[in-house]
Amino acid sequence: MGSRSSHAAVIPNVDSIRRETGFSQASLVRLHHRFRALDRNKKGYLSRMDLQQIGALAVNPLGDRIIESFFPNGSQRVDFPGFVRVLAHFRPVEDEDTDQDPKKPEPLNSRRNKLHYAFQLYDLDRDGKISRHEMLQVLRLMVGVQVTEEQLENIADRTVQEADEDGDGAVSFLEFTKSLEKMDVEQKMSIRILK
Amino acid sequence: MERGAKEKNHQLYKPYTNGIIAKDPTSLEEEIKEIRRSGSNKTLDNTPEFELSDIFYFCRKGMETIMDDEVTKRFSAEELESWNLLSRTNYNFQYISLRLTVLWGLGVLIRYCFLLPLRIALAFTGISLLVVGTTVVGYLPNGRFKEFMSKHVHLMCYRICVRALTAIITYHDRENRPRNGGICVANHTSPIDVIILASDGYYAMVGQVHGGLMGVIQRAMVKACPHVWFERSEVKDRHLVSLKKRLVSGHFIVSCILGTCINNTSVMMFKKGSFEIGATVYPVAIKYDPQFGDAFWNSSKYGMVTYLLRMMTSWAIVCSVWYLPPMTREADEDAVQFANRVKSAIARQGGLVDLLWDGGLKREKVKDTFKEEQQKLYSKMIVGNHEDRSRS
Repeated sequence: MGSRSSHAAVIPNVDSIRRETGFSQASLVRLHHRFRALDRNKKGYLSRMDLQQIGALAVNPLGDRIIESFFPNGSQRVDFPGFVRVLAHFRPVEDEDTDQDPKKPEPLNSRRNKLHYAFQLYDLDRDGKISRHEMLQVLRLMVGVQVTEEQLENIADRTVQEADEDGDGAVSFLEFTKSLEKMDVEQKMSIRILK
Repeated sequence: MERGAKEKNHQLYKPYTNGIIAKDPTSLEEEIKEIRRSGSNKTLDNTPEFELSDIFYFCRKGMETIMDDEVTKRFSAEELESWNLLSRTNYNFQYISLRLTVLWGLGVLIRYCFLLPLRIALAFTGISLLVVGTTVVGYLPNGRFKEFMSKHVHLMCYRICVRALTAIITYHDRENRPRNGGICVANHTSPIDVIILASDGYYAMVGQVHGGLMGVIQRAMVKACPHVWFERSEVKDRHLVSLKKRLVSGHFIVSCILGTCINNTSVMMFKKGSFEIGATVYPVAIKYDPQFGDAFWNSSKYGMVTYLLRMMTSWAIVCSVWYLPPMTREADEDAVQFANRVKSAIARQGGLVDLLWDGGLKREKVKDTFKEEQQKLYSKMIVGNHEDRSRS
């Protein structure tokens, strides 16, 4: 009996993905199902176009930035492990994660990595700093044509000034983290996958 | 089995909440305020400002849609809460127990070896009677006798087909059944909708031309009763004209086949053509209970015959049909608004999720107006309305 194969067997390297991302087998199966639903032409990977077809994402002001985050290092395709790696940032923090063996690499959904994900959305050229110019551009994405250039510049200036500690006119990841130290990042940047 | 299904059918159709992820239905404003509040201990006044943490909202919302969005979900089948012993509805199979597997094996045996032949025999009878019957009636001279015969041939054959699928249908509000001269509009999940509606009333249908077996049936039916079959890409104007003529002569029409096939849990925008005509619209809501068999047809995955086989090897197709009170277009609304109104009425009745998206989304990109709305809402939060521009 048991003539049907478990769906998890369809996912290549499922064990290593599980270890890397911390997702349960059941979650991975669901995400794989989702990956396949998005991969319209059954190419085995996702292109930017596939993600752009998601209507609700296309109307998100930061939709393009989020899509970009799936294609690091100038790649044009994202395979399933890459897909899940990004989604793993949004896994809720569970108790088992906190008492990690210090020799193991930090889990993808740690506070630091969640913050880093958000930081990346601002850091357009990926140089590790959010310049005033980058802040302006991201703000422009979020407000569209609703706000004047002058107002936006004021906001960008003020924000960079408040967060910038070493006076280099840009917000580094450390400064970013410090300005959000009271934020309940774990809760705000988490998506719970239903069983 | 039939009795049990009927009892189950009376349960409330709760709105489809199952998805991959847990979502809170809060607005942009509320959520961003929540985020800001949790990030600082200063009391939050309503002065508009920007915070670095605002990005969390868009970030998370965007990621949620990547994991699970309404439209892509609508185009794949529903997930059941408990397994109904059909392997096709089980996405998360893990070998659970020997007993369950044995039960499943037994189920397969019953479904394939006992139910399926019975149903195929019935379906065969029904379809051949339909084709032969309508062709014969087609030879009769036009007149009341032809109408009478056509009506009964259609009804009888559709009822046989309903039995062939073991469709257990509960009709509600039958006093609102469509009358002559009106247009019946329903949400559309699969060709089975047609059989279900047509077994309860005599309709002239409007629909897309199909090939194969469906095509044969369509061509036969059109001999006895003036149905309208067209190509999807054809301009509909001349069909609208013939629809108008049809209405005047006293037939009523089922226009439910105009939309693309979508999953049963939502209602897509109807093509506005059927609403421009100006006739009385009789909305009908059809809702399938996936407990005994999933009626969804993924047209890009399965052909018609495969689909029918899947239907006939399920336990049963259980559905409810609600006949809603007739609606007419008001003087100050245009066709699109009227269409939306009808759509909402249908969605509300069936407990289906009312979607803004056009079924055509499956094939096209989405407009920027929705994005602008989000941007407007957010701008208000960081710079306020034009009146508060005194600060900064």
